[in-house]
Amino acid sequence: MSEIESGQPYEKPLTLIKASKGWKSLNLGELWEFRELLYFFTWRDIKVRYKQTVLGASWAILQPFFTMVVFSIFFGKLAKMPSDGIPYPLFSYAALVPWTFFSNGISKGSNSLVGGSNLLKKIYFPRMALPISSVLGGVVDFVLAFAVLILMMIYYDIMPTINIVWLPLLLVLALVSCLGVSLWLSAMNVQFRDVRYVVPFIVQAWLFATPVVYPASLITDTFWQSVYAMNPMVGVVEGFRWALLGTDTAPGPLIGISSVVAIILLVSGAFYFRRMERTFADVV
Amino acid sequence: MSDSVVQVEGISKCYHIGKLQNRGHATMGEKITQAVISPFRRTAQLLQGHATGAADLDELFWAMQDVSFEVKQGELVGIIGRNGAGKSTLLKILSRITEPSSGTATIHGRVGSLLEVGTGFHMELTGRENVYLNGAILGMTRRDIDRRFDEIVAFSEVEKFLDTPVKHYSSGMSLRLAFAVAAHLEPEVLIVDEVLAVGDANFQRKCINKMGEVGGEGRTVLFVSHNMAAVTRMCKRVIMLNGGRLVDDGPAHNVVASYMSNGLGTTAEREWDGGSGTPKGEMATLNAVRLRTQGGKISETIDIIEPIGIEIEFVVEQDGRVLQPQIIIMNDEGIELFVAVDLDPEWRKRPRPKGQYKSVAWIPGNLLTEGMCIVSIGLWALEPTRILQFWANEAVAFRVIDSMDGTESARGDWAGDFVGLVRPKLEWETDFVASN
Repeated sequence: MSEIESGQPYEKPLTLIKASKGWKSLNLGELWEFRELLYFFTWRDIKVRYKQTVLGASWAILQPFFTMVVFSIFFGKLAKMPSDGIPYPLFSYAALVPWTFFSNGISKGSNSLVGGSNLLKKIYFPRMALPISSVLGGVVDFVLAFAVLILMMIYYDIMPTINIVWLPLLLVLALVSCLGVSLWLSAMNVQFRDVRYVVPFIVQAWLFATPVVYPASLITDTFWQSVYAMNPMVGVVEGFRWALLGTDTAPGPLIGISSVVAIILLVSGAFYFRRMERTFADVV
Repeated sequence: MSDSVVQVEGISKCYHIGKLQNRGHATMGEKITQAVISPFRRTAQLLQGHATGAADLDELFWAMQDVSFEVKQGELVGIIGRNGAGKSTLLKILSRITEPSSGTATIHGRVGSLLEVGTGFHMELTGRENVYLNGAILGMTRRDIDRRFDEIVAFSEVEKFLDTPVKHYSSGMSLRLAFAVAAHLEPEVLIVDEVLAVGDANFQRKCINKMGEVGGEGRTVLFVSHNMAAVTRMCKRVIMLNGGRLVDDGPAHNVVASYMSNGLGTTAEREWDGGSGTPKGEMATLNAVRLRTQGGKISETIDIIEPIGIEIEFVVEQDGRVLQPQIIIMNDEGIELFVAVDLDPEWRKRPRPKGQYKSVAWIPGNLLTEGMCIVSIGLWALEPTRILQFWANEAVAFRVIDSMDGTESARGDWAGDFVGLVRPKLEWETDFVASN
């Protein structure tokens, strides 16, 4: 209810406007105040995503599914890639579900500010709402793709392990990494439109740096394993296979490295974003 | 506690528009090239005795310089000024869209800003969905919107199409819906750009009334406009900006009058009492200039498809000269669009007897483009020699609007930018010559 109508005395919010210099605080409280906007942006993203497509939301399934088919033919059948004793289609699809969430999140998130330039120039809201909602919108796609993963497990007669309880945490890890990268790239994209051309390349390179088409067990040297674990998606993908398919890839101490890297990405990305934020409306 | 709700102290804003950043966003390649080249260029310029520091290479543009003012609770303040005077910059700073380069502003209370109608409208979503989305973007909570939903819909007059995607709306309909959402914001401080120049005349009136109501409820409103009639009607106090500086701040009538005498507000009617400042010559005096619609109403806005009449009332004090009224129409960038002289066959070559005259020049519909038109008026005495009797520079001004309410203007179905100094609606002929 509006405070004006109720006639109750209340603390009026005070807005102070001045030039800011250097690093700014994250001001997460404000982001919380605008949580409804965050919800509406996410909702819009989901609503609009598959408008005017013939196949609609089934793209959320078809995209990872057909990638799995292609991978199974070329990497599974032709290249005879090892798959930790799991049928290759299931092996790769279990990785593609979190991976597709991550890669789509980066693509959408990094373009969110430039795509929303009209909003940036006309209205104030915490700018972080745009990349965050772009990434969150992908959760719905994730759920749809995940349902197909369950169906495939039934088909191949593989029961999920008890470790499935850890799945939400693994998803959070993917979300944190995705958000961190998106904050960096979206803020850079405002100033340097090169980012738009770099993102597809980053995503592609990152795919091969993640055990999606091959098992992480190919890397045996402990030193290289810890370097490898600096890619947070390694922990996520191997964790998914471990929790669902019962592979022998329990997240050990390496997931600690993954998590630390993901958190560093997110925090640094958020600070960088806040620092660049003041110029967005002027240069976008 | 002081009762000032908005305090602006020494706000300045500068943009970099120099060679280093002549485009909004540099590519990384450009940045690298600049970083490599600029030390050399700077040295060269220093050697030639030109530049003395980095600042010289980077041109600055001060969009706003040292602006200070205070607004008290419940005040309705109009902000006027020419294009580029800094009005939009000021609103953007107060809305926190962009930061000032220096200075501070404090605002007590919830701020709602409305710099554009329909920010964030999504063409694929239905009217209903857009009301919620747009409301959230403007800072309303879902409960606020739920509560006022029916009011919003009634105000917008698009009930029937609520569940139709907005892309099937006419531009007039989506503007009405968008304004309806904005009009039901309940902030304590409302910042509004010239969003009233949309829709048809009826809807505009409705919007202006709504704004007046908002002011009446004890809210504080900052309102940018080119429409002097609306400003004087709604606001007691007006701030005038020029070249990024605050040049006048006071009672609406005084500030608007001084603005008008500097040209460039819109006013549909000017009358002179014969005293000093009245345009007059040895044999004729200008009494009044009015802008009339076809229906005879005095109006400072005109629909682009309608003709507008420029009525010139003058007194001839001596018999026996052939007289010829003249008008010059200029746009707000000072570009002269055309000159027209009175060719009425009745008086064309005939000496006029003493008395009062009224001439009306009709500018046809579908000729001018959207925006401001400034009218200057003159009267020539012809034969034997051509003598200018009087000249009223920038006497009246009006705004041409395209209401886009379904009647065809020269735009056709296009609602975006439509360039050109004039906007004639042409006769097109198409022949189907042959099929391949």
